[in-house]
Amino acid sequence: MNGVINDMEQIFTLTKNTPIAKDVYRAVLRGDTSRITVPGQFVNVKLDGFFLRRPISVCDWTIPFMGDEGELTLIYKVVGKGTDAMSRLKEGAELSVLTGLGHGFDVSASGKRPLLVGGGVGTPPMYGLAKKLVRAGISVDVILGFNTAEDVFLADEFEALNDLYEFGCEGFEGKKPEVRVYLTTVSGETGTKGFVTDCVPKIGECTHYYACGPIPMLKALKAKMAETFPDAEGELSLEERMGCGFGACVGCSVETASGFKKVCTDGPVFPAAEVFCE
Amino acid sequence: MADIRTRLGDWTLDNPIIPASGTFGFGQEFAKLYDINILGSFSFKGTTKEPRFGNPTPRIAECTAGMINSVGLANPGIDKVIAGELPKLRGIFKKPVIANISGFSIDEYKYCCERIDKEDGIGIIEVNISCPNVHAGGMAFGTSPEAAAEVTRAVKSVTHKPVYMKLSPNVASIVDIAKACEAAGADGIALINTLLGMKIDIKRRKPVVANKMGGFSGPAIFPVAVRMVYQVYEAVKIPIIGMGGVASAEDVIEMMMAGASAVEVGAMNLTEPGICPKIIGELPGLCDSLGIENITDIIGAAHC
Ligand SMILES: Cc1cc2nc3c(=O)[nH]c(=O)nc-3n(C[C@H](O)[C@H](O)[C@H](O)COP(=O)(O)OP(=O)(O)OC[C@H]3O[C@@H](n4cnc5c(N)ncnc54)[C@H](O)[C@@H]3O)c2cc1C
Ligand SMILES: Cc1cc2nc3c(=O)[nH]c(=O)nc-3n(C[C@H](O)[C@H](O)[C@H](O)COP(=O)(O)O)c2cc1C
Ligand code: FES
Repeated sequence: MNGVINDMEQIFTLTKNTPIAKDVYRAVLRGDTSRITVPGQFVNVKLDGFFLRRPISVCDWTIPFMGDEGELTLIYKVVGKGTDAMSRLKEGAELSVLTGLGHGFDVSASGKRPLLVGGGVGTPPMYGLAKKLVRAGISVDVILGFNTAEDVFLADEFEALNDLYEFGCEGFEGKKPEVRVYLTTVSGETGTKGFVTDCVPKIGECTHYYACGPIPMLKALKAKMAETFPDAEGELSLEERMGCGFGACVGCSVETASGFKKVCTDGPVFPAAEVFCE
Repeated sequence: MADIRTRLGDWTLDNPIIPASGTFGFGQEFAKLYDINILGSFSFKGTTKEPRFGNPTPRIAECTAGMINSVGLANPGIDKVIAGELPKLRGIFKKPVIANISGFSIDEYKYCCERIDKEDGIGIIEVNISCPNVHAGGMAFGTSPEAAAEVTRAVKSVTHKPVYMKLSPNVASIVDIAKACEAAGADGIALINTLLGMKIDIKRRKPVVANKMGGFSGPAIFPVAVRMVYQVYEAVKIPIIGMGGVASAEDVIEMMMAGASAVEVGAMNLTEPGICPKIIGELPGLCDSLGIENITDIIGAAHC
């Protein structure tokens, strides 16, 4: 098929596939990541024995450089047979991946100090976004929400972004960007007890926010933000069952304020003002 | 090298491979992936008189070797298709395209086909009669020979373009429906559409798709499709476009031996977007290895 199909379909090699929380795995893959351009995009992974591909958000990526392949990090939770099969894949496994799918977060709209909110397995794309923002010298507030202590992942990695500036950013003579992480769990075992929305009042100022997580969380967050920071604009990453992931089947439609949109190509990231308007 | 050109009536196609309606949009997504002009043709997304959101989501479910969709004919409506999609389509696709038309009443079918009749670059009008007839308690047009014939006559009365009736497999006798369409003036038959199916989420104890049921397609339905194409070939003289579960060059040969003059590829485009170029690339070599000089020689070859 090489030479016929364009760079959307790529073969990636799995280099790591390790548990990082209860039923949650981090997969690191090597391959051509050049189609991934903004955080919030996703890939669609082919697994042997399954007809449909599995959509997974890009958590982090490096671009191919000087003949070196790129690296793609995915974080996924085992919720069914496909993700279970994925968790059993060994290093060296080759995977067909449709890469660089969807319309991600608008980094340029961040304002001075954006708020990033990740709930459960909605957290991975927020990491890539935070990294991009910090690299651009922008401080961020991050609210993470999980059910229990054993579900928590990435919280330390977000904290560690406070040191990224030391290596990664040049040309910002001003202040080193700060990453302030607010961790919440429903059980209260670690972090603040409650939901991500309970942390919103702790944020000093906010003109722009980004979020990914379960639909009820996104709806509650949109309402809470409208109440707490009425002028803040948001971007929400949605999820829908997908037939293709690249716009061909119209399986993933969502009704927005500006008409019917496809989650896979018009989204998954949508302006908060456009969705959940009922 | 084998000649893989085929014919649908007066129309000669460079090869028999046609992406099926609903799995190829209006060509734009795939035009970014490969040169879609290598295709025999393609059938664009089922178009209705009015714009439609389609059914509520979720409307996709995975099954063994296939999928269920309850997209429900989501499309921008015939006027927007003609004003917006067709001009864009002509920019990327230089061959005649297949216009897939759906309706919920005879008038709606007529309206759409009348509009399409005036357009250039349409090789065939493919009339999907799997849709429920709102004037007959929602029973699909394609489930009774009389209703299928009525749609055929209505459509034929408003267009000079070749009309292929696309049959639903969810019927007692596909042969009776095909014969009724032929008698009513159809220029060809396309089959099969999706099989009505269901997938239940055993954790939630509920159907996966919001509409409960949906159209089942993909490699799992291939033997059913081959059987139906075979039966219809024995019953009608007009050309047949065969489809249902086609996933390889071998499947294309099999479908043609059953009686298809051309072959549509549906769900596989969604999971393996390069499937059609792959099949087209493999077809001449496969023909050679099977001793086939002209692919048209094998149409209906399995009948003796
Ligand atoms: C844009 C997008 C990004 C995503 N990013 C991540 C991520 O970074 N990490 C993560 O853990 N999960 C993510 N998901 C959810 C992930 O796709 C599902 O958990 C996964 O497909 C489940 O597969 P399964 O075979 O284990 O489950 P099953 O329930 O056995 O899957 C059956 C079918 O339903 C589909 N499906 C099931 N749950 C979902 C769901 N929540 N969303 C969409 N399709 C679903 C599957 O793809 C498959 O086709 C994302 C989903 C979307 C749409
Ligand atoms: C997502 C999806 C959407 C479809 N939409 C249409 C449609 O709009 N009109 C139509 O006639 N058939 C539609 N079909 C049916 C296909 O064109 C084809 O007849 C059927 O899927 C069998 O082929 P397959 O097994 O290769 O998918 C659709 C199929 C799928 C999977
Ligand atoms: S998943 Fe096919 S169009 Fe979005």
